[in-house]
This record gives sequence, C-alpha cells and structure tokens, in this order.
Amino acid sequence: MQTQEDYLAGLLEHGLLFSTGVDGLFGRSALFEATVDGLNALVTKHGDGFNAESVTYPPSMSRVDFEKSGYLKSFPGLAGSIHSFAGDDRAHRDLLADLEAKRDWSGRQKITDVVLTPAACYPLYPLAASRGQMPKEGLCFSLCSWCFRHEPSRDPARMQAFRQREYVRMGTAEQVVAFRASCIERGEAIVQLLELPYHLDVANDPFFGRAGKMMANNQRDQKLKFEMLIPITSDEHPTACLSFNYHQDHFGLAWGIKTADGEVAHTACVGFGMERITLALFRHHGFELANWPAGVRQALAL
Amino acid sequence: MNAKIRALISEFGRLSVDVATLKNEADLYTAGLTSFASVQLMLGIEDAFDIEFPERMLNRRSFASIAAIEQAVSELLAEAGRDAEAA
Repeated sequence: MQTQEDYLAGLLEHGLLFSTGVDGLFGRSALFEATVDGLNALVTKHGDGFNAESVTYPPSMSRVDFEKSGYLKSFPGLAGSIHSFAGDDRAHRDLLADLEAKRDWSGRQKITDVVLTPAACYPLYPLAASRGQMPKEGLCFSLCSWCFRHEPSRDPARMQAFRQREYVRMGTAEQVVAFRASCIERGEAIVQLLELPYHLDVANDPFFGRAGKMMANNQRDQKLKFEMLIPITSDEHPTACLSFNYHQDHFGLAWGIKTADGEVAHTACVGFGMERITLALFRHHGFELANWPAGVRQALAL
Repeated sequence: MNAKIRALISEFGRLSVDVATLKNEADLYTAGLTSFASVQLMLGIEDAFDIEFPERMLNRRSFASIAAIEQAVSELLAEAGRDAEAA
C-alpha cells in the first residue's frame, strides 16, 4: 500500500491535484472534477425515491446559526470563522506596517457575521425550522456544499476544504431511522458499482476534550454513526468515504423543528465525501482514466 | 451524597420532569437527559466531588440513573481513600 506522501506525490505528478503550498488545500484538474460530477449524478440517480428537495448554499453560513448549532461545543478546533478588517485609515496603516514587518496582523481584524460551512447540512436546519410544522411524511433534502475543517494534514484524503453531498431526512424517529437504513443499502450499491473495496463500521465524531470522549462513547454505544470505509492511503486505517448519521433530536431541539404531530423532530443524514471517493477511485483504478474498468467509467459517464 | 447528586442533576440535567419525583433507579435518559446534558452533568459532578472520571466510566451507563452515578462516585472516592459518607 502506498503511503500518504507517495500517493500525494502521484496525484500531483499526474496533474490531478495542484498544490497551494498549504496542507489539505488543493486545486483540482478537469478530470478530477469530471469524476466528482459523475459521482454527483450517480448519487442523485440512487436518491431517486427520496423525493428530496434540492437546496444549495454558498460554502459559508450565518455565524449566529453556527453558534446556535453547538458546533463550538464539540469541534472548536475544526471551526473556520471569517474575520475582516473594519478600521479607519490610521488602523489600515498599522495593519500594513504589521504586514511589512511580518508581525501578526490578525488582531487588527474583527469577526464577521459569516463562518465557513463545517458540514453541508448545517445551514439547512434553520430553514426547516422556519417553515413550521412539517407534513406527515416528514421532510427530505438534497445538498452539496464545499465544507471547511481546520485539520491540515499531509494525507490527501484529509483535506481542509472539500465537498460533501448529503441527503437529510427530518421527521419521526421511525422515519429517519428507516431512511438511514435505506441510505446504507444505496451507499453500498454505489460503491459496488464503482468497484471499490469497502466495509461498514460503527464510528464516532472527533469530539473535543474529555467531555468529547464521553460524547464519542455515547455515540458508539447507541450506534448513531456508521461509516463506509475504503482504503486510500492505508489498509490499516481506511478512510471514511460515506457516513450515515442519526442525530436523534439534537438539531430538532436546537432549532425547534417540529413533526406533523408537534413533537420535536428527529434528523438523520447521509454524507458522501466527494473528494475522498474520487481519491479512492484514482487509488484503486489508477491515475490514467483509460485503465479504469469499463463498468466504472460507464457508471460515472466518463 | 444522594441529595447532592440530585441537586446536580437538577442544575445540569435539564430533565423534562422534577428530579424529586424520580426513584434512584429511574432511567435519566427516559426522563429527558440528553447526550449534551449528560456531559455537562459529568463535568458538574467532577467539580462538586473533586474527582475525575476515568475513561472507562465516560459512557452512558455511568450516568443512566441516580443509583448508577452514586455507585460511580463512591467507587472513585473509595479509590482515592476518601469517605463516601462524608461526600
């Protein structure tokens, strides 16, 4: 198995990714993007029966909504808040002087009303809440968004900026649990079409600190998160390429999302790591598209 | 100790029912204890009793009922050579 450095070097040499000089931040080639597009279309095709409403957000969201979501309780080190200069001419001169002298100039900035989206579904919950009580059959949404997580790494499969394709279900506990089970079946069908090796496992989010240890144990005990793991840069530590999450009433409570009966809604989502699945394809089928299995190319319309 | 634990549950647990109405064995999660609140409760108990829960106890079962919490706290106090009755 190739190491992280070997695989990254191969991706750069074959012109699939372009370095920016920052770990986990890359440019993408036309072929890389065509693969992501093909994958996106394949996911849409397999989500046919969900009757999902498609919603698109920019890769940033309201800071107030982000704060309300509880993200900083669980993942303070992954968050990306946006700061900007808001001073006068004098303050601007000071900023440029700091820059010239290579001093830290970040203190001259102020936090804005915007943060980078940490997961595609985060801006969705306030929208759902604003619509009031949902219909009896609940709600289903389809989203794809650039997401940001501050976790610089030499592993090309752990990017700081990446796309997440999601289906999000809101409704009763029974409705969302059934949805998650159906997503696991569909996810397996997709990965099989792509001829990638995988296995499914119980997982936990990387919650912060000692409190986070307990959150992680709770999440595992209750099997709230499953991941579909595909080896990319390690056989021993395969990469989570799809995740199937049951949030219970976490977002329903935070946002006051109500079912048709007026109960607190439960939510679940399936997330496809678009870059990760694409990287898995290049890892297992090779850097040259011409060498890929015909069935895989057909599935992705490549 | 039981009264102190009940007071902490009342402060941090955000239960949907009055703690006074709960039996020692009652399931706190059924009574409305969320995952987030159970973590706040865990930290509150650590401060109040000046203990630190080891990793093996950082799970749902340790905080599932007043009796379970009492058991966990007693165990930690005993390990530290402190008197559970006095706590």
